[in-house]
Formats: sequence, C-alpha cells, structure tokens
Amino acid sequence: MIIETRGIGKTFGSVLALREVSMGVEEGRVTCVLGDNGAGKSTLIKILSGVHRHDAGTFLVDGAEVRFASPREALDRGIATVYQDLAMIPLMSVWRNFFLGSEPRKGLSFDVAKAKKVAREELRAMGIDIRDVDQPVGTLSGGERQSVAIARAVHFGARVLILDEPTSALGVKQAGVVLRYIARARDRGLGVVFITHNPHHAYPVGDRFLLLNRGTSLGEYGKADITREELTTLMAGGAELDELAHELGREL
Amino acid sequence: MTGVAERADERVAGVGLLRRLLIRPELGAVVGMVVVFAFFASQSPVFRSLDGVANWLDPAATLGIMAVAIALLMIGGEFDLSAGVLTGTTGLILVTLATRYGLDVWTAMLVGLVVALGIGFLNGLIVTRTRLPSFIVTLGTFLMLQGLNLGVTKALTGTVQVSGLRRAAGYEEARTIFAGSVQIGGTSFRVAILWWLLVTAVATWVLMRSRAGNWIFAVGGNEQAARAVGVPAARTKIALFMTTAFAAWLVGSILALRYTSVQANIGIGQEFIYIIAAVIGGCLLTGGYGSAIGAAIGAVIFGMADKGIVFLGWDADWFKFFLGAMLLLATLANRLVRRYAEEVKH
Repeated sequence: MIIETRGIGKTFGSVLALREVSMGVEEGRVTCVLGDNGAGKSTLIKILSGVHRHDAGTFLVDGAEVRFASPREALDRGIATVYQDLAMIPLMSVWRNFFLGSEPRKGLSFDVAKAKKVAREELRAMGIDIRDVDQPVGTLSGGERQSVAIARAVHFGARVLILDEPTSALGVKQAGVVLRYIARARDRGLGVVFITHNPHHAYPVGDRFLLLNRGTSLGEYGKADITREELTTLMAGGAELDELAHELGREL
Repeated sequence: MTGVAERADERVAGVGLLRRLLIRPELGAVVGMVVVFAFFASQSPVFRSLDGVANWLDPAATLGIMAVAIALLMIGGEFDLSAGVLTGTTGLILVTLATRYGLDVWTAMLVGLVVALGIGFLNGLIVTRTRLPSFIVTLGTFLMLQGLNLGVTKALTGTVQVSGLRRAAGYEEARTIFAGSVQIGGTSFRVAILWWLLVTAVATWVLMRSRAGNWIFAVGGNEQAARAVGVPAARTKIALFMTTAFAAWLVGSILALRYTSVQANIGIGQEFIYIIAAVIGGCLLTGGYGSAIGAAIGAVIFGMADKGIVFLGWDADWFKFFLGAMLLLATLANRLVRRYAEEVKH
C-alpha cells in the first residue's frame, strides 16, 4: 500500500466537505474514486496531492503518517496529480511543455536536443503516438494532451498518479485512448487514483472502487465484490434514479 | 530540428519543409523586409549602395535594440509603455551628471543604469503584485517619467535640453564604444549596429536555448499553468521589465553620446513603434508567441522606410501612413500564418 487514508475528513468553515473516508492505493493497481458533483472527490484528491490538509483521520504514505504542507512536498514523495485543466501551454511545443519547470541543463543552456529525445522516448514508452514533438500542444486532441501530461508525471518519478476526471471532457474514442494509458501506467508499476463520475470508464481499468456521496464514503469495493451494474446503481443513488425514471415516464 | 528527420511519421511527411518555414513567427517580417527593400532599391540607387545600407541600418539599430527587448516582454505577456521615455531619462541623467555635477561619463552611465533597472524593477513588481494590466501600470510610469524629464530639466537648466557632454571626462572612450563608427568596405557603419546584433543574438539564445526562455514563453502563454509546474512567474516577469529598462539605458546612452545633448521630450511616442516592430516580427499581443529575430527584422523595415522615403525625396509625413499600413498587413499575415500552422488534421 503506497497511500492509505483512515477515516479522513475535512471541513471548510461550517461545511463538512469530507467525512470518514478510508481508501488505499497499491503499486500497479488502479483505485477509482467515483461520485457525482459535490460528492467530495476534489476535496479528497486535494488532500492526497498536498493542496489541502485533512483535519480528521490519518493519512499514510508508505505506512508512515504524513501531512503535506504543499503540492511540492507530495510531488517529492512521488505523488503526482494531473488536473483536468492540465498545466500545459497550448502555443508551446510538446517537448517544451514536457520539461517546463524542470528543464534539463547542459552548462548554462537548456539541453534542447536531450529534451526532444527524452520527450519522444517517454511518449513512445507509454505507447503514445505523437506525430512530432515539435508541434504545439494546442494542436493535440484532448486525449493526446492527457496522455502527454501522464507521460510527463511518469518521467518525473511519480509512484502514484492522481488523475482528476481525465475522461470527462472527451468523446468515446478519445476516452478509450486515455484509459489505455492509465492501464499502461499501471503496468509500469504505478499506483493510479482515477477520479471519474462515469462507472463505464472506471469499471474496465479499476481494481478498487471508492464511492463517495455528499462527502461520505459509500464503501470501498474490490473488483470481485461488485458488478458494473451495482456500481452504476450505487453511483447514481439507485432509488433516486428509479424515482426519476418514474417521473419522466409519467410525462410521456 | 535535427532529430525530427530521423523518424519521419507518415502523417508529417506531407507537411514537410513548407509548413516548417511557415510556422516560424518571423516569416511575415522576412517577407515584408524583402518587399520593402525591393521597392526602395528599385527606385533609388543610393538606397541599395553600401552607404545607403549603412544609412538605413542606423535607425534600425537603435529602434531594434528596444524592439527586441519589448518582444521578449511581450512574449512574456506584458507591455511597457514607459520604455521610450526611459531612453530620455537615462540620457538626461548621463548628460546632467557629467556636465553639472562633475562626474565622469562612466560613473554617470552607471548611475543611469541603476536608475533604469530600478524603474524596470518597480514596473515589474507593481504588475506582478497587483495583477493590474501592465498597459495601465506602465502608462502611469510613462506619464510620471515624462513629467520628471521635463520638470527636472527645466528646473536645473531653465531650458528643455541639457548639453555639453563633449567636455566631460571619459567622453571620447565612451563615445568610441557606444556611439562610434567602424569601417567596413570603405563605408562607415555606426557601432550601434553591432550592439543591436549582439542584443538580438543574446535575446534569441535566451529564448530558444535557455531555461529562462522556456519560462518566458510559458508565463506569456498561460501564467497559471506555468506557476503550477514550478516556473517562477513573478521573477521571470520582473526580469523582463528590467531587461527592457536595460535596453532603454543602452539606447539612451548611445544617443546621448552621439549627439552630446539630450532634449527633455525625447522618446515620447517611440514606445508604440517598439511594440509595432515587435508585432511585425511575429509577437502576439496576447503573449506566449513571438521572436527576437522577428522584432529585429521589424526594426529593419522601419529603418528602410524611414530613410527610403527621404532618399526618394518624398515628404516625411508619408512615414506615418506607411507605419500604419505595415502594422495592419503584418498582423493579418501573422494571423493567417498561425492559423495555417495550427491546423492539424486528426
């Protein structure tokens, strides 16, 4: 277990954003965090990635309790987060983006040849088929951009990759591409935290499923303990969905 | 650039050299330069002679030093409207201290440099701390400096100019280095041209081959994203404002040493010409894209038009018309080029 939380909680003023959430992330495994809007998914990942501090429960990394002061600290422990809006500059080339903030140096200068070579190799190792690392990131599709961000996190020594809704803005085909890279990162031995509100994206790649609803955990399930249908129903709050179907049915 | 050829993807094969050339930000400026040169050269034999070249390269040089610095700043996503007046301020400091307070030229230049860097630092600090648009912040600095230049000069001399730098200690040496001439092929070229080439070369290296260059593109392209991956955005921007101030000091000193006197209203209105040269050179007004070489070429176009109009015996008023037309054409061309460059088929 690389990351583990036990009964973790967070309040903002009078708002209980997160209560009693327990989860784990293992090496070479994908933990999916599912929940509707406002379920507490972002609060949870912000605690894991060092943006927020939890104020209840325990947060363990490699079995030792931690309390990150900043995202930098989390990054130093190998916990990298790829946010939905991706820290990438559209007008800059793929290789410039890949090394932004951590440029390799040769003497005084930015080792451009090495940067291009490494970026190309890392992308290929992840099975990412970028036509040309010189092209601006703005010309890549949404799925390709996510993939470059994932490859970058892997290259800079991430052991745990937190992906914030990487598939939510994508079409079916693009989402499939991103799911494939998640599987690839898993196969390279990384622990992946995959946040989504789509059980159809989560189920094929996930090993464990943490369900959140209104700030609390509906439980963490292993893949053997839950079917796709159960996951979908739990996720949507089964009763609510039935009620909705009933209501809509009457109007027809 | 080199590594790409070794593994050509079948999908880039069709794109090839043409697109590679077209996505360079300076392309529009190069085409403009060729057209403007061809026009004036065909009309005026003097224009195309070596003497003529030396003649129009001179205004290109002093404008170019500033345009290159402004280009870096614009790529970093900011403007500096105080840059033109600051050339006047540094020149006035140099001449005033060397003629009225007994300082030698070198010390007076050093004081000018410190003041310029201080003003650049303040511009940068205010912009990064308050997050106000640099357009407004430096407009404030511009007006304040304009007032100071005139007010202080009048209070000290009772006129609107300071002069007599020729008599100051160290003048000859400083003049040789900053405002002298060199003989090439029997024609005398201003030393300022060498300074301009040096500034352009250094700026290009910084942009393309240094970590700072990557940061400049990043803070101009998307400051939030740059910050998120650990780019020191505020420091980068402050350094850019200080670079512009340094360039203003260099140009101010060159002009003061050349003419040995400085008018208190010098540099006013120049700030827009720097920006126009940078835009013709391919800089986007929104930041994150552009080139130092492009800005230098933009300055060449101005130099050619400025002197070419005189060689043709036209009224100098036509220059302003030309300026506006070039700006419009360049921005349109740049937009087309960029659209073409970014259009990738999936």
